Amino acid sequence: MKMTPTRRVTLAATAVLLLSAFGSVAATHAIDHQRTNSVSEQALYFRSTKVLRRLSLGYTGLLADIYWTRAVQYFGQQHHNDSGDFRLLSPLLEVTTELDPQLLPAYQFGANFLAPKPPNGAGLPGAALALTQYGIAHNPDQWRLYYNLGFIYYTELNDYAKAADAFRRGAALPVTNDFMPILAARMAQHAGEFDTARMLWFTTYQSTKDARIRQNAVEHLLALQVDEDITRLEQVIEKYRARTGRLPSSFGDIEHAGFIRGTPADPKGHAYLLMPDGRIQVEDPQKLYFITKGLPPGAEPPQPPHEPQPDLK
Amino acid sequence: MNSNVTGARIGYIAFNTFREAVRDRVLYNLIAFALLLSGAAILVGEISIDIERLVVVNLGLTAISLFGVVIAIFIGIGLVSKEIDKRTLYTVLSRPVRRWEFVVGKFFGLTGTLVVNTFFMALGVFLALVYVAHKFEPMDVWVLAALYFIVLQFFIVCALALFFSSFSTPLMSAIFTFALFVIGNLSEDLRGFARVTSGLGGALATLIAYAVPNFSALNVISQVAHGDPIPGRLILYNTAYTLLYSAMAISGAVLIFQRRNLK
Amino acid sequence: MAIAAIEILDLEKSYLVGFWRKRPKLALRPLRLTIEEGEVFGFLGPNGAGKTTTLKLLMGLVFPTAGTARILGMDMDDPRVKSQIGFLPEQPYFYDHLTARELLNYYGQLSGIPSKERSARVEQMLARVGLSDSAGIQLRKFSKGMLQRVGLAQAILHDPKLVFLDEPMSGLDPMGRREVRDLIQQLRQEGKTVFFSTHILSDAESLCDRVAVIHQGELRGVGKVAELTSETQGKVEIVFYANAKKVPAALTALGAESRFGGGNMVNSVLPEAQQEAALDVLRREQLKLISLTPVRRSLEEYYIQQLRPAENEEIANKESFKKELRQEASRKGVGV
Repeated sequence: MKMTPTRRVTLAATAVLLLSAFGSVAATHAIDHQRTNSVSEQALYFRSTKVLRRLSLGYTGLLADIYWTRAVQYFGQQHHNDSGDFRLLSPLLEVTTELDPQLLPAYQFGANFLAPKPPNGAGLPGAALALTQYGIAHNPDQWRLYYNLGFIYYTELNDYAKAADAFRRGAALPVTNDFMPILAARMAQHAGEFDTARMLWFTTYQSTKDARIRQNAVEHLLALQVDEDITRLEQVIEKYRARTGRLPSSFGDIEHAGFIRGTPADPKGHAYLLMPDGRIQVEDPQKLYFITKGLPPGAEPPQPPHEPQPDLK
Repeated sequence: MNSNVTGARIGYIAFNTFREAVRDRVLYNLIAFALLLSGAAILVGEISIDIERLVVVNLGLTAISLFGVVIAIFIGIGLVSKEIDKRTLYTVLSRPVRRWEFVVGKFFGLTGTLVVNTFFMALGVFLALVYVAHKFEPMDVWVLAALYFIVLQFFIVCALALFFSSFSTPLMSAIFTFALFVIGNLSEDLRGFARVTSGLGGALATLIAYAVPNFSALNVISQVAHGDPIPGRLILYNTAYTLLYSAMAISGAVLIFQRRNLK
Repeated sequence: MAIAAIEILDLEKSYLVGFWRKRPKLALRPLRLTIEEGEVFGFLGPNGAGKTTTLKLLMGLVFPTAGTARILGMDMDDPRVKSQIGFLPEQPYFYDHLTARELLNYYGQLSGIPSKERSARVEQMLARVGLSDSAGIQLRKFSKGMLQRVGLAQAILHDPKLVFLDEPMSGLDPMGRREVRDLIQQLRQEGKTVFFSTHILSDAESLCDRVAVIHQGELRGVGKVAELTSETQGKVEIVFYANAKKVPAALTALGAESRFGGGNMVNSVLPEAQQEAALDVLRREQLKLISLTPVRRSLEEYYIQQLRPAENEEIANKESFKKELRQEASRKGVGV
């Protein structure tokens, strides 16, 4: 091929094009890393939603979507960094919902991640309540919002009366979930029971498409199972002691006495450990999150690992 | 200077582009408007107490940024598309000027025009700032960083304007460039969205998110308005990015223009 | 043998016209033409014939679909070519906001004229095209004729060996045209080669050494002007003063075709053989003879002749086109 001056230029320009294309992608990566922290901070320089509305020139829906995306990003990022600092989550969600009060996923997210204590959430049940009530004010016929309200009262504030009230209001809607009336009823008498909690978390699991919330619900359901198992096992051991006057030395003893069948195992398949002092412990506390029973003495309840941040590819 | 050298020709084309731009009255109208806005910022600031500085910086820098982009688009496209349309190019290309030299020369002429432009508009903003704050604060130095980023932004816009002008009509070039400016300001959000989307949609979103110019990282106006410092690393990376992205757009323009049959 | 100034070797240009069949439109059929150094060459043809396309191909503004050309012995892609040629496009347009002087200076820079010589050369050119007084005025204020002059100035600014002019007389008043003609004559005297396209035949006739006629993208004929117009047609033209606007019957009897000019002047064309007899008639009638000249074929006639087959072709094309339409329609079962 003859190397005319034109061809030389074409080759050089193509080379520059390809190299700089790759280079700019690499530079973008570097910039994104550099800016990770500043983005959300910057996003909140406009705290006044009124100003934001004006600036968006009417495209409030789009702006709300953008802030929603940023809220989710922010949460995932802070979770990944293990900082335990979620102070921007509430303002981000507030701005989102003020721009678009009908953005239901935002309320869902707030209920699930604003209320719980760090590092699972922002530890602001008050803010979560305010957000949900704002949502209800603007979307009075959405049963999920009442569910979220009851959920917050139940899980974080242990206010069963208010939870019951919320579930009841939700149950009264023309379009609602089958569990709402049942939950409302259970709040009254069986609030502290495992079945109630189980129903609650199951409803959460079943009523959302958000993978993060679902995963969270599953972990809680497993933890409930463990707590329930251990409570029962400890009751059984008590009965054994009452009958025989001493502590069992192994599960075999208890089985022999006819209290249980087989060796009990946790939902993940590991056998429970029978401790010499009659307590039951889980084999690997690190794998069972949110459990409140079966932990070695003095241990902290284990926390779920940070889901692999869908990383900056 | 040996006039027969590539560099010399590029320089002549750049200077001529600059001269054409400066004599075009459109430029002055837009600058005047921007300065007016800076002045208005002072008034607005006086209405709300304690945030005069904030308003001057925010409004002033935003005006420079937006008007600069408009100028870059109008003059950028005017100077290239119009030249092709109106056939001034015929007599230029009948001389020992290579087509790629023409594109590169135009680019430097355009960016030169905008740098000078920005200088004068920035002067207006700093004067307004001194007027409302009565002195310079140490945090004002970051305003310079913001201005530098705005200039980088102009580089990319000029490169894009040239790229589109190499094959498209003036109107379409203006529209495309402006569209990319708007989308580019959301590029960080686009990448965030791309990260959480899977499948074909995710792949497409990723492609677009990296292909559009990263204007969001070049906009630090809110930060400097609040007096926040700008990390040196960011300045470095943004500079590198601008050089690379502009090179990409310009080489694209060169490739297209090389083989274009001129009407 | 001297190197030809321009050697066009089967240069071809077709566009894809996006009709329902996307047939390629041949703007220029393979063109083979040679222009010698030092000659003034006229490229004739009606509008849309392919003249400008040819020029744009030679200038590298448009790329050929096939074929190539050699300019001054060099390949047409060779960048060195550009420093030896000058180009004046049709209806040129320049940078609005520059003055004539600034424009020429800019072009001088691009042509690589060293800065020492440049300003002197620019002034020289301005004077040569008669723009010295207007040199400091911005081009957007220039009239068409002035722009044309600027165009000429930039074409010869760097003293090129070969000058291409596309319709150089267009839009000029008679004075302007005279000036351009004089300029071209000067260029020839300086030994330059001039290649210009036009559809004004009288200019071509008076200026060119050779001409080529092009029509519908195809070269129809080439030849020396002198030869093409030397052919006498066996007729003579007599111009004389008549009495009371009456042509002598005897003259008409000889087979004269007459028409009246201004005043009492009469132009009569009659066969060469009757020349003497006609003069006798005039002497008998005591009519004053003004001139007697053999009739030569004009360039116009040569031109029209070259074009004529094309007209028939055009009609033929239309017929075949209609036939194709009909065939296509019957294939699709649609009425036409």
